[in-house]
Amino acid sequence: MFAATLGGGVFAAEAQRLPAPKSGIAYAGADIRAMQADDFANPGMLWVARGEKLWNTAAGRSNKSCAACHRDAASSMKGIAAGYPRIDVASGKLVNIEGRINRCRERNQSADPLQYESEELLALTAYVAHQSRGMPLAVTADAANRPHLERGREIYYRRQGQMNLACVNCHEQNAGRKLLAETISEGHGNAYPAYRLEWQATGSLHRRLRACYYGVRAVMPAYGSDELLDLELYLARRAAGLTVETPGVRR
Amino acid sequence: MLARIEVPRQARRGEIILLRIAIQHPMETGYRPDNFGRRIAKNVINNLVCRYNGVEVFRAEMGSGMSANPLLQFHALAEASGEFVFEWVDDSGERGSERAAITVSA
Repeated sequence: MFAATLGGGVFAAEAQRLPAPKSGIAYAGADIRAMQADDFANPGMLWVARGEKLWNTAAGRSNKSCAACHRDAASSMKGIAAGYPRIDVASGKLVNIEGRINRCRERNQSADPLQYESEELLALTAYVAHQSRGMPLAVTADAANRPHLERGREIYYRRQGQMNLACVNCHEQNAGRKLLAETISEGHGNAYPAYRLEWQATGSLHRRLRACYYGVRAVMPAYGSDELLDLELYLARRAAGLTVETPGVRR
Repeated sequence: MLARIEVPRQARRGEIILLRIAIQHPMETGYRPDNFGRRIAKNVINNLVCRYNGVEVFRAEMGSGMSANPLLQFHALAEASGEFVFEWVDDSGERGSERAAITVSA
């Protein structure tokens, strides 16, 4: 066991991929599963519907909509979210779907970036990610994103906060067990942006991650910060094989 | 106000059909304080009406006990081709509506 951990150091970011990851929906009750499975009852679809409208609405000084370049999202965005976060070639920075949308707004639409966690950005992100629903997460590891993957892994295993807990303590070592009334899931991000009943709204993966930071009484990183992006990348790699569920429904 | 409705496009005369509507709305209860301790004003969809060819077939009067983004469903008897019109209003006076046509065959 110890030797395996040491040996894993060579390909540190690769070592801890779960043999058979289980989506958070597998840990949810029958009512939540039914709500997610029914595209009309799933409240997250309201955000997807709003995102579709925004997709076709002109924005910025260019007066171009997303659809003006990308056309029908059902084909142009199919599978895209499954490969994110990824390195933005122009800037060399790691971006998730939210970041990709904002960069596209600035470069191609001459529009102001949308505020993280705003209704508009959530709706567009949900709409884009929804086009990949059912497709397996397929984030590749390469020389460019390896430093981010390493940092994400380091954060995942780092004990922090007044509770002195790392992600792995709950979401791997105690997955499937109870934390008060909740069943602890494996902590995969494949359903985000997701509708959480606790929020009574759709929220981003970063909002969910911040909630965990809050739970262990650690300092919450800012929305869209490098720390959360690196963690998001590691989580996507760790969840390889799971399919995109956006918009998921969670407690 | 963004909403989605589900009305069958076609039905046979005398068939019982399911109608569904989901509305994006915070359904603010009026009991929550904001970050500065000030009470957030109550704002819920207090009235929703569905009319079938002008005849009211469903009405809901809602209060602060409803969840955000409410989903309502009910049944109606398909009698004639025409239109279902949903109309609703919240405490702030904002109105919303959606409509869908149905073809009823003998």
